[in-house]
Amino acid sequence: MQDTGTSDAFVAFERVQKSYDGETLVVKDLNLSLPKGEFLTMLGPSGSGKTTCLMMLAGFETATHGEIKLDGKPINNIPPHKRGIGMVFQNYALFPHMTVAENLSFPLEVRKIGKSDREAKVKRALDMVEMGAFGGRRPAQLSGGQQQRIALARALVFEPELVLMDEPLGALDKQLREKMQFEITSLAHQLGITTVYVTHDQTEALTMSDRVAVFNDGRIQQLAPPDILYEEPENSFVAQFIGENNTLEGTVAEINGDRCVVKLDGGEVIDAKPVNVSKVGERTRVSIRPERVEYNKDRLQQGAHTLKAKVLEFIYMGDIFRTRLEVAGNREFVIKTRNAPDQVRLSPGTEIEIGWLPEDCRALDAN
Amino acid sequence: MTASTTDPEKAAKGPMLAADGTPLKKSLSRALRVQKLRALALVAPLLIFVLVTFIAPIADMLFRSVENQIVSDTMPRTTKALGDWDGTGLPPEVVFEDAYYDLFVAAERKEHTRLGSRLNYELTGASSLFRKSGRGLDELGEVYQDQFKDLDKNWDEAQPWAEMMGSDDWLAKEAAWEKGERLPKFELRDGVDELLPRTAEQYAAFATFTHNDDRKSLLKEEPWSAVHTALYQDLAANDYSGYSGPHADMLKAADTLVASPDFQTLPFKDGFGEIDKDWLEPGIWRTLKLYAPKYTSGYFLNSVDMKLTPEGVEARPQNERIYIMLFKRTLFMSLVITCSCILLGYPVAYILSNLPSRTANLLMILVLLPFWTSLLVRTSAWKIMLQQQGVINDVLVWIGLVSDDARLTMINNQFGTIVAMTHILLPFMILPMYSVMSTIPKTYVRAAKSLGATDWTTFWRVYFPQSVPGIGAGSILVFILAIGYYITPEIVGGTTGTFISNRIAYHISTSLNWGLAAALGSILLAVVLLLYWAYDRIVGIDNVKLG
Ligand SMILES: Nc1ncnc2c1ncn2[C@@H]1O[C@H](COP(=O)(O)OP(=O)(O)O)[C@@H](O)[C@H]1O
Ligand SMILES: [Mg+2]
Repeated sequence: MQDTGTSDAFVAFERVQKSYDGETLVVKDLNLSLPKGEFLTMLGPSGSGKTTCLMMLAGFETATHGEIKLDGKPINNIPPHKRGIGMVFQNYALFPHMTVAENLSFPLEVRKIGKSDREAKVKRALDMVEMGAFGGRRPAQLSGGQQQRIALARALVFEPELVLMDEPLGALDKQLREKMQFEITSLAHQLGITTVYVTHDQTEALTMSDRVAVFNDGRIQQLAPPDILYEEPENSFVAQFIGENNTLEGTVAEINGDRCVVKLDGGEVIDAKPVNVSKVGERTRVSIRPERVEYNKDRLQQGAHTLKAKVLEFIYMGDIFRTRLEVAGNREFVIKTRNAPDQVRLSPGTEIEIGWLPEDCRALDAN
Repeated sequence: MTASTTDPEKAAKGPMLAADGTPLKKSLSRALRVQKLRALALVAPLLIFVLVTFIAPIADMLFRSVENQIVSDTMPRTTKALGDWDGTGLPPEVVFEDAYYDLFVAAERKEHTRLGSRLNYELTGASSLFRKSGRGLDELGEVYQDQFKDLDKNWDEAQPWAEMMGSDDWLAKEAAWEKGERLPKFELRDGVDELLPRTAEQYAAFATFTHNDDRKSLLKEEPWSAVHTALYQDLAANDYSGYSGPHADMLKAADTLVASPDFQTLPFKDGFGEIDKDWLEPGIWRTLKLYAPKYTSGYFLNSVDMKLTPEGVEARPQNERIYIMLFKRTLFMSLVITCSCILLGYPVAYILSNLPSRTANLLMILVLLPFWTSLLVRTSAWKIMLQQQGVINDVLVWIGLVSDDARLTMINNQFGTIVAMTHILLPFMILPMYSVMSTIPKTYVRAAKSLGATDWTTFWRVYFPQSVPGIGAGSILVFILAIGYYITPEIVGGTTGTFISNRIAYHISTSLNWGLAAALGSILLAVVLLLYWAYDRIVGIDNVKLG
């Protein structure tokens, strides 16, 4: 697991465990640190413990074991309202009995900031999210996207150094979500705040983050920048979870440094890059991204292993073609090709041969 | 611009038609009507139930609180005659005459005592005066009856009277009547009502009564003395020498007797004076005149410690005023009970709504437990707890807070009523509060804290405002229940802790003054509606949530 080192970390989880019922660990041994100004996303399926981590950081849950540090100081015993962490909730949690301006002014009031200062800050925060004209409205009179902006403004108005967001865009439609994704990241970078963002949407995680922590089963499976995460998944969970992926099962036949040969269960032999396998005879699951599969022989390396494939389905998707193949008994093998003038459209029933660069095919753990 | 000028195509085709050729609008409304009727049929039982058991009693109550027909129904002639009286001194003789005839019939029907009780609400002594007069009126008429009888004993026989007053047709039918059959309707002989107007009127009244109430033949029943009184008045007023109808001799002889100086007469006024000298006081006549109209504001005035007098509306004497005080006390105590319910119920509802639902449901049973015991048992339990030799006093004496000879009085006063009713009404406060509080998402509290608010600020600025609808609903429920509560104040209220409802119950079941009870009830209803309206203006009724 990569770590930036806890010494200069702004937020650090050290060996944190959490159990609600005393029987099962919801968070198992969490180690995570992020420097000031980073935008980190916790990505994982529902129930993997992301919210729990966020709540421990915010102070609404206590860690069963381990330590959480903020700016070098342990915060386990600091009550939530003294942590100075901004939060955006999934349902926005705007106070329904207050106007938008009152909602924004609330954190300033409890900090005993003077009236004129307060008004200036509220105005600035509203302008920042382009909602300057809506100060007098009640939250119920706003659309979902507008409420989202106000929730964001409220979390930022008291100028926290750390902002936590728990699936803040979950309730918005796709277009609005994409727009807000962009706005949130640019705001966060512009203001230089550290952000911990929780989502179960991998596209969101990839487009927004500096680094992504993939959660599963109470553990961080991989912590990496989006491109590394996509291109170099460290285990089959991450490979499956991020982006589209083809898998084939087999056993390791040979290992030569960063090359290995995998014998598939049907007897075919392919080249791969050993990532999670260490010795010959080990079960493995190899993973290839659909866009890295090649069926044009000229583009393949000399002597590369190829596999026979049968076209099952051809789907025209506009910018790309998506072809479903039967490869080594896997009927869900998908390849994606760019829609270019010279691109062949494979018709169902055609028999072809496919291959890939060995470094694009990663031999991972078998579970 | 109308549609027909802007849409020539539509105008040319006429209205849209449904598949079977009927206009679309018509078939649509027919389809909707069937739906509506079906829905109505479903709610009809409830609608009828509500109408019969709720709306109708309220309407009846409102009506009774102003209704006053008993006076004019029982004494129709008198109330009419009193209209011409200016109300000073004693009314003229003609009023006494009308009162005699009215009361005579009422006494025969035994209705005069009911009127007496009604007037007794306004004038003490009226009840016994009327009861006494029922007996005395006979004596007044007997002065004439006896003299006529002495002249000719046929004047005290049924047959001759019937022959003189009734038509031949009717006489034949009456003679043929046998027991068990319907009695033939009495018909006056032609011209007799012009000849002997007063007698005819009184005989007809007697005939109606004998037929309808006694179910006897007029050929067997001799008329009552009011008829003889009327006969005397007719004979004294007119000359009957030319009369040639049935029993002409009898009548002519009587006419002669009346004209003779020996004939004894008794003015009605003196007759009433002999019965009871209260009749010669203006008080009873003024009261009768005052309450002659069919509708009266008297009950309502009574309810606010005022009374109707010939001089207008005036306040009752200090020692007779109780209702305003009772209304004030009822409002005050209901308010205190509502406030104590809020203070006790809010923390309970808050804790319940923050517990996991399984524990909350279990504890909710404890809140609802009082509903499983009878109201009487719960109230009586408080009596045992709070009385001077009761549990609480015993404990206080035992720990030495109170000395044995200075035990606290905590029951049969306002304190006892407030304690017992707070306990009894508490669930009605907790339930709506709980259901509102459990819909307040926890994220609001978390959001407030993440924004830097302390626990208290979070509660007061974020949680509390959102729980106000629950307080509102609970308060309305408890207050309205409290304001009309009856059993608990009756048992533990003593004299200082009773409510207006206890007074209403007293008038309904003991004093039988239903009109006053209805007026008090109507005022209570109005007060509740007024408060409801005020609440709507101040807090807003859409701010009330039961869940
Ligand atoms: N307050 C709680 N009490 C008991 N169990 C909880 C509580 N909150 C979450 N859990 C459990 O912890 C696990 C992780 O939940 P959570 O952190 O909300 O996951 P995520 O946010 O990744 O969907 C889940 O299995 C959930 O059932
Ligand atoms: Mg979650």
